[in-house]
Amino acid sequence: MMTEQKKPIVEIKNLYKSYHRASLVVPVLYDITFDIAEGEFLALMGPSGSGKTTLLNLIAGIDKVDEGTIHVGDVDITTLSETELAAWRANSVGFIFQFYNLIPVLKAVENVELPLHLTTLSKSKRREHAEIALAMVGLDHRMDHYPGEMSGGEQQRVAIARAIVTDPTILVADEPTGDLDRASAEEILSMMERLNRDMGKTIIMVTHDPRAASRASVMRHLDKGYLNHDAAQNPL
Amino acid sequence: MMLLKILFRNAFHNKLRSSLTILGIAVAILAFGLLRTVVSSFYAGVEAASASRLVTRNAISIIFPLPISYTEKIRQVEGVKMVSYGNWFGGIYINEKNFFPNFCVEPRTYFALYPEFVLEERQKKEFLADRKGAVAGQKLAAKFGWKIGDTITLKGTIYPGNWDFVLRAIYTGRDNTVDQTQFFFHWTYLNEAVKKRAPVFAEQVGFYMVGVNRPDVAADTAVMIDKTFKNSLAETLTETEKAFNLGFIAMSEAIVTAIQMVSFIVIFIIMAVVANTMAMTTRERTGDYAIMKTLGFGAKDITILIFGEALVITLTGGLIGIILTFPAARIFGQELATYFPVFLVSAQTIYMDVAAALIIAFLAAIIPTRHAIRIRIADGLRRIG
Repeated sequence: MMTEQKKPIVEIKNLYKSYHRASLVVPVLYDITFDIAEGEFLALMGPSGSGKTTLLNLIAGIDKVDEGTIHVGDVDITTLSETELAAWRANSVGFIFQFYNLIPVLKAVENVELPLHLTTLSKSKRREHAEIALAMVGLDHRMDHYPGEMSGGEQQRVAIARAIVTDPTILVADEPTGDLDRASAEEILSMMERLNRDMGKTIIMVTHDPRAASRASVMRHLDKGYLNHDAAQNPL
Repeated sequence: MMLLKILFRNAFHNKLRSSLTILGIAVAILAFGLLRTVVSSFYAGVEAASASRLVTRNAISIIFPLPISYTEKIRQVEGVKMVSYGNWFGGIYINEKNFFPNFCVEPRTYFALYPEFVLEERQKKEFLADRKGAVAGQKLAAKFGWKIGDTITLKGTIYPGNWDFVLRAIYTGRDNTVDQTQFFFHWTYLNEAVKKRAPVFAEQVGFYMVGVNRPDVAADTAVMIDKTFKNSLAETLTETEKAFNLGFIAMSEAIVTAIQMVSFIVIFIIMAVVANTMAMTTRERTGDYAIMKTLGFGAKDITILIFGEALVITLTGGLIGIILTFPAARIFGQELATYFPVFLVSAQTIYMDVAAALIIAFLAAIIPTRHAIRIRIADGLRRIG
């Protein structure tokens, strides 16, 4: 079964990336070229050290390429300055991390509200948006709780609410279920699936868990910095 | 607002560490404030000195006397408005621990030259009328429980024997910078006794206090006075009261310098402690800052967070230290009134306390901020987990 051809939201061309450790240059990604269609739920898979988190960071604009281009929408993010990238990330990318990465001194609702402080929304609007986002992940009753008072699954749901509250172009998730028990992981994956299916969110998820990857619509494999060009469509 | 909320909550997130750091800063600022006040109190006499008063003493040394016959000659010098004189008596009350400055003076002119010593008119009259009468400062009288009419006996050190005085007046200060621990009595009382006991030491004074018409003629007048007694048996050295008092401080300059150095060392030590705390805090929050940068917050926001947290901690500690300085200085001043008759926390000391707290915050935050701003987001995120 072939998926319907959609306009690419992310276009990656001839991307190279290496890290510098003192005088040592460690190549991480080699000549990566592929597109991500709008509304796609992509799972980037590969063994540890294959470069999948590096690729995700580059797509999300939190790291710089050595060579190549990355277009997200109409923007070539490889040409943006640090300040422009920061503004672009604030508007265009929602982040979900393995360890939730919530600010421990902020309540759930304040954590969700945090990215909205970079927008022009009024205080009441910011709070309204944050409450809606929390309700969408089923945590409207935990708004005033601090991260330390919540389970891992709940914290990850708050992180998802924070990721979607700005209505970003793409959602990037780095091992979002890596720190969760199976039940919580299922819950998070279902939530991401719904975001993709019901809200049309483009999701790029790094995982090495085949069960998590099976929830994606497309899977791509990286191995030692090279991309396997045969993207596998999820049979489901 | 959100940044303020985060920085305030961050500042007190680790309650034990924050409390200990704040306590350390409070103690350091308290110590700094007290040491600065000690230094200021050394200079209290200099600050209180009038620009219209000159001190004339023997050119060889203060311990050598001048003849009383100089009084009229000094009075005739151009620019001189009033002349008084006196001697350091150096009497001991009961025992040496009860030290306080005591002088015999020509009282009419002396108190006219020192309007900052405020006497009740009736008490002043009674003092002037009684040759054995004495005047004590209010703090001194309070310390020993003296009341008007009490007989006070001082044991002479320079002038041997027991000397009885009747307390006729208690002076207060025009303001709280006036030394209220001094004791004065009639020069004539001493001189008459000396005439009988050791006539060779009679008719001599330790110093002349000279009031000039205007502060701007003080320097010329001082030169004129010294010229008058040039090549006499007792040449004079005349200087402003301020210079005279500074001369006394110069004798203990090493101590003052040491106290000043210690006060800055205290601040330096606490600066190192706060810098270490801020470095630990920032290292712990590397992930938080990386997340904020990921979400789109910039270097300015991270700077506000780290500097803000350092400021909250140091200013809280500094404020507690400043508040504690006042009661501590009061106790310190009471206990050491003998050495520091005016022990007041000055506005300048408070400004220096605040400046010290701000400098501590700034220097403690600068390196952690630089580190947090420069770290790559990807590296910062790797610190989590």
